[in-house]
This record gives sequence, C-alpha cells and structure tokens, in this order.
Amino acid sequence: MSRLLAALFFLAWAASPAAQDTKAEIQKYQQMIAEGSPVELFELEGEALWKKPQGPNKVSLEKCDLGQGPGVLKGAYARLPRYFKDADRVMDLETRLLHCMTTLQGRSREEATKRVFGNENQPSEMELLSAYVAAQSRGVKLAAGTAHPKEKQAYELGRAIFFHRAGGWDMSCASCHGEADKRIRMQDLPVLYKREFARPIMATWPAYRVSNSQFKTMQWRINDCYRQMRYPEPTFASDATIALNTFLTVTAAGEPYRGPGTKR
Amino acid sequence: MAGPMKMRATLAGGNTEVRVLMSHPMTTAQMKEGLHHIRNVVVKHNGRTVVEAEISQAVSRNPVFSFRLKGGAKGDRIEVSWLDNKGETSKIEAAVA
Repeated sequence: MSRLLAALFFLAWAASPAAQDTKAEIQKYQQMIAEGSPVELFELEGEALWKKPQGPNKVSLEKCDLGQGPGVLKGAYARLPRYFKDADRVMDLETRLLHCMTTLQGRSREEATKRVFGNENQPSEMELLSAYVAAQSRGVKLAAGTAHPKEKQAYELGRAIFFHRAGGWDMSCASCHGEADKRIRMQDLPVLYKREFARPIMATWPAYRVSNSQFKTMQWRINDCYRQMRYPEPTFASDATIALNTFLTVTAAGEPYRGPGTKR
Repeated sequence: MAGPMKMRATLAGGNTEVRVLMSHPMTTAQMKEGLHHIRNVVVKHNGRTVVEAEISQAVSRNPVFSFRLKGGAKGDRIEVSWLDNKGETSKIEAAVA
C-alpha cells in the first residue's frame, strides 16, 4: 500500500507544475546562453591555425585528409569517426588531426600532444581546430562509419566500455547515462545508448562551455567523465576513447549536425 | 592581445539588427589576473557615431552584444570598436546585408 502511495505521489510530482516549470526554465536558460555564444570566435582562430605553417616541414594542415579527400572540410566532421586506410585504424577528429600533425607537419607525437586540453586564457590547438572543422558540417547529417570491419569492431568495443563498471567507485558511463530523468544541477543526463537522447547531444559537440569560458572537445568530454568516475586517465586518441566516441556517434546517426554547441 | 571580432548586420522590418562578438578576457579586480575589461564601445553608422557605451567589469568574458538601429539600408557601413582599461583597442566593420 505504501509503495502504491509512493508511486502515486511520484507521478503527481512528475506531472506537477513545479517540475515542468523547472524543465521549461532550464530550456529558457539554455536558449539564452546559445544566443550569446562566442563560438564563432573559436572558429575564426581555428581557421587561422588550420592555415598556419607549423612543424619541421613548415606546412599548414590545409592538405589534411579528414576522410573526404585532402583539404575537404565540408561535411567531413559529420562522417567521423571512420576507418582510415593510410593509418589502418578508426579515427575521430582529434586523432586524425594528430595524424596530420605528425605526418604532414612532421611533428612528434609527444610535442603535438603536450597540451591537448587548454584553459580559458589559452585554448589548445585541438580545441581551436575542432571548432573550425566541426563548423563546416553544420546541417550535414551525422553518419559515422559502420561498414568496415574495424568500424564495427570500434562500435562494439565502445558499447562494451559504455556498460563496463570499474574504477574506485565501480562506475560505468551507464551509471549516470543509463536512466531517464536524471540531472546534475542544471544539466540533464541523457541516456546516451538510446538514439533519441544521443542525437541532440552528439549533434552539438564539440562545444563552448559558458561556466568556464572554454571550448571543449569530445576527447576532453570522455577524459573528464573518466576523471569524475575516478578511473586512471585515459590516453588521448586511444582505441578506447575512439571506440566510445564511435559508439555514441553511430547511435546518433541521422541527426543534422548543428554545432559547435554552447553548454552550461 | 586582442583576439578576433565577428559581426553580423542585417536589415529586419526597417531596422538594422547588429550582433557583434568580441574576444576579451574581461577579468575583474578580484581575480588574480587583475582588472582588465572593455571600457568603451562605440558604434558608427556610415561614419557617424550612433552609440557610445560604457562597459564595466561585470560583463562576461568574450562578450556578445546585439542591438537594433533605427533605419539603415543594404550596404550601409557599420563599425564597432572597443577600448579597454589598458588602452588596447580593436574594431570591426561590416556592410548591412
């Protein structure tokens, strides 16, 4: 009986004007921060960096092949992660940028990954470049690779990692992103293994975060989730982080890209 | 160092809608970086000053301003410039679309 009452009470609360007001107010807030987004400033700086000759070879990234041919940016981000024959590996945007930095520009992996995540005073190269490249996919439907055996493998690995519990707190991605109607403060926690939740999220990353004035990438997002779960730090552009990104992006397939987004 | 600026000026219902983005750290006196903020913003329409604004440290990093100017026509020149408390300055010009 008491359980029934509790259930009734919960239903009444969920449908109450207070709960709906909260949702509507959060939506209003998100709309307001999106209108004041400085994301285009990061795109501009990213464009300048894309065209800037760097490394021992003193060349820019303008000949970098992101999957649609050397230097083709239109729609390239929306089709990542995908398999690249020249590297015999599935790569996401940041991994591919790193590949171009080491092959085209002749930079060492150590030097190019010295500072992959920036701060509010100095964004990292990866952040600026991600803003510029992702912006060239606005309106293009997300279509990460699913045909090649290694792409299938990455998807399956990503899915397994998503549900795999470990670390000091015995958590998995699904601990926070596995159930509907959860949130941390103002942030709704999307159920990321489900299509309808993954779509709007993956269509707006990478993104500018208002609360710390920084532009953030998908590799950072995954890295920080693992920090919050008290895991050892995942390696940048590792098979595991790429697999997770592949799983999430494939789950969101078909959604028109409308980033880089603006987050709380 | 002044980062990039970006501006859009569009004609809408007989008015000109301007949206301008500025790169600026906008640090307050309480922060370890010390006071560094945009102090003056000037908007010019075809060379004539139409807005003179004073901005305080209360405005966020990388500020965005949008406002409506009465009238205007396609091709009119809109110029927005800022001056901060350290004497640094930047400006951008665009044609009304």
